[in-house]
Amino acid sequence: MIVVADILSATIIFAIPLLVVALGGMYSERSGTINIALEGIMIIGALFGCLFLNATDNSGWGGKNPQLAVLLAILIAGAAGLIFSFLLAIASVSLKADQTIGGTALNMFAPAFAIVLTWAIQGQGQTTIGIPNWIPIKLSIFGLKASENPGFFERILFKNFYLTTPIVLLILVVTVFVIYKTRFGLRLRSCGEHPQAADSVGINVYRYRYTGVMISGFLGGIGGLAFTIAAGSGFQSTVAGYGFFALAVMIFGNWHPVRIFGAALFFALFKVIGSYTGSIPFLPSFTGVKSADYIYQMLPYIVTMIVLIFTSKKSRAPKAEGIPYDKSKR
Amino acid sequence: MKNKIRTFLTSQGMISFIASVASIAIGLIFGYILLVCFNSGQAFNGLGKILFAGASSAEKFSKVLYQAAPLMLTGLSVGFAFRTGLFNIGASGQYTMGTFFALYAGLVLKCPWWAALLAAMLGGAIWGAVPGFCKALFNVNEVITSIMFNWIGMFLVNLLMANIPAMLAPNADRTANLAAANKSGIIPKWGLDTLFGSDYINISIFITILVALIIYLILNKTTFGYELKACGFNRNASIYAGINAKRNIVLSMVIAGALSGLGGGIYYLSGTAQYTIVKSLLAMGFNGIPVALLATSNPIGIIFSSIFVSYIQVGGEAMQPEFAKEIIDIIISVIIYLSAFALLLKGVIRKILSMRKAKQGEGVSQ
Repeated sequence: MIVVADILSATIIFAIPLLVVALGGMYSERSGTINIALEGIMIIGALFGCLFLNATDNSGWGGKNPQLAVLLAILIAGAAGLIFSFLLAIASVSLKADQTIGGTALNMFAPAFAIVLTWAIQGQGQTTIGIPNWIPIKLSIFGLKASENPGFFERILFKNFYLTTPIVLLILVVTVFVIYKTRFGLRLRSCGEHPQAADSVGINVYRYRYTGVMISGFLGGIGGLAFTIAAGSGFQSTVAGYGFFALAVMIFGNWHPVRIFGAALFFALFKVIGSYTGSIPFLPSFTGVKSADYIYQMLPYIVTMIVLIFTSKKSRAPKAEGIPYDKSKR
Repeated sequence: MKNKIRTFLTSQGMISFIASVASIAIGLIFGYILLVCFNSGQAFNGLGKILFAGASSAEKFSKVLYQAAPLMLTGLSVGFAFRTGLFNIGASGQYTMGTFFALYAGLVLKCPWWAALLAAMLGGAIWGAVPGFCKALFNVNEVITSIMFNWIGMFLVNLLMANIPAMLAPNADRTANLAAANKSGIIPKWGLDTLFGSDYINISIFITILVALIIYLILNKTTFGYELKACGFNRNASIYAGINAKRNIVLSMVIAGALSGLGGGIYYLSGTAQYTIVKSLLAMGFNGIPVALLATSNPIGIIFSSIFVSYIQVGGEAMQPEFAKEIIDIIISVIIYLSAFALLLKGVIRKILSMRKAKQGEGVSQ
């Protein structure tokens, strides 16, 4: 049972960054812009979030107000992502360039910039920005004492509990509301489906696309920090391809916030199973095969592929995504 | 005569070329500003290394060509798929697969180098075919499939290498020495090594340039290439015109995969590189994307853009330890980003040229 609790806990913690970044991608694609730069945006968000956390740790203020510091770090990570994604918006909305070009450039820029900046701040060859140890939310914050042998639910909730988890879940709820129940959401979706029609009724397509991309930048930045906190071994100028996984999760979730949540949990679960194979008794252990853990590490990707093959016939991408909007074209 | 020069200058290709050169210049200036920010004392020296280290000695230059060869192939792979309207972000997985097939043929089957290269193409082609089929038959976005197959390919290759005896060096996580296992598996050097005084040089750069020319001919001089490009411009229109778009999607991905796979073979059959079991995707595949974008997916342009990227990368390595070599990546990313401005830039250049024309016209009339 304890293994199950640990697996569930790890699943949640890895689903959170996927969820928030995929939601970000959804905002951008619903407005009609493919955001392939999510990976780079995550890195920039994580970079500035971690630098801020470190700065508060060094000054001693962070240790005294841990959760306030984490909240500020989340906002800073989001703001950094937002500013960074502005570059993508300029290239793909205003300049009407091929949307993969701007995205590729940002993806290439972000890790290189992170490494160069880390060197400059921490000295030559120092490539890791450590994260302080006061980030997790402990039971003691609620005035409770942690039990010596934590039970099932305590393990699920408090083994890895960070402020990012409730915030991202809140973002999910807000997203469902915004996309389907507000005027803004309706207009955003119309820009991704048929921008000419949207324009004809007076909606400023460019402005909505800018907004969509920049919301995705904000959420992508938060996702980068959430990933780095969850991974736990400090920031090393990479988010291990999670930006691209988030893109897959978004397509898997059919551009729909609740389904994206399900897809993120699904992908994270298989990812976690891959790293817990040793402690799950009923999984075959492939004796006689060397380095058999690679089989389980392939698993989440293979399962996602199979699911995509079966669900893609019904897949409904926003119709106008990837096509720069040009007023003068019909 | 003057008119001829002017029409040459205002021709589409020339304006693209001027725009690319302008982007490169701005990218380098940006890089120089970064160098000044981080270490102003060494900045000028650093810029000099970026610009000239690649040509400073025959050995350095052979390293440029050595890295340019696989880069050219992954660039061609991405560019070829772009022409068909597909984004092949899976060059890394195809490259890894090609590496495995080449090394299996070389180390275990003891094939000669050319057969191992064909095996590499086969491996890459298989890995490119799957996303193609998924796109054509099940409408699965090729970007996602390719990303998934990058990781599946990497783990699969790691698994296979660990389990096939004679592939890995004893008690190490890198592949066995090809020269010791099978001398004929190494790509020949034809005396270039003594000419350049470096082990890195071999005939692979000629092979890859030949491949680029073949791709150019396929795209521009054959019906097949025309159909592929038609699919890229407007898939619905090409289906209406009777082109089998599904078949073309699969074929385009197969060829793109074969090109990336060949890149893996070219690099690891050189005898100077050993594949190491890795936990993150190989960068060579991803670097194909900027190479293709820089050349606007033109195969002839890719020859030059890959050599250029490799050239400044060698310069970046020479810059260490004063500066992180990642500054090169920043410069390249700025150049690519500026190519998004290419349309704007082209408009400006055309305006300047035509303004001159108008002025000269006035002069004649007076």
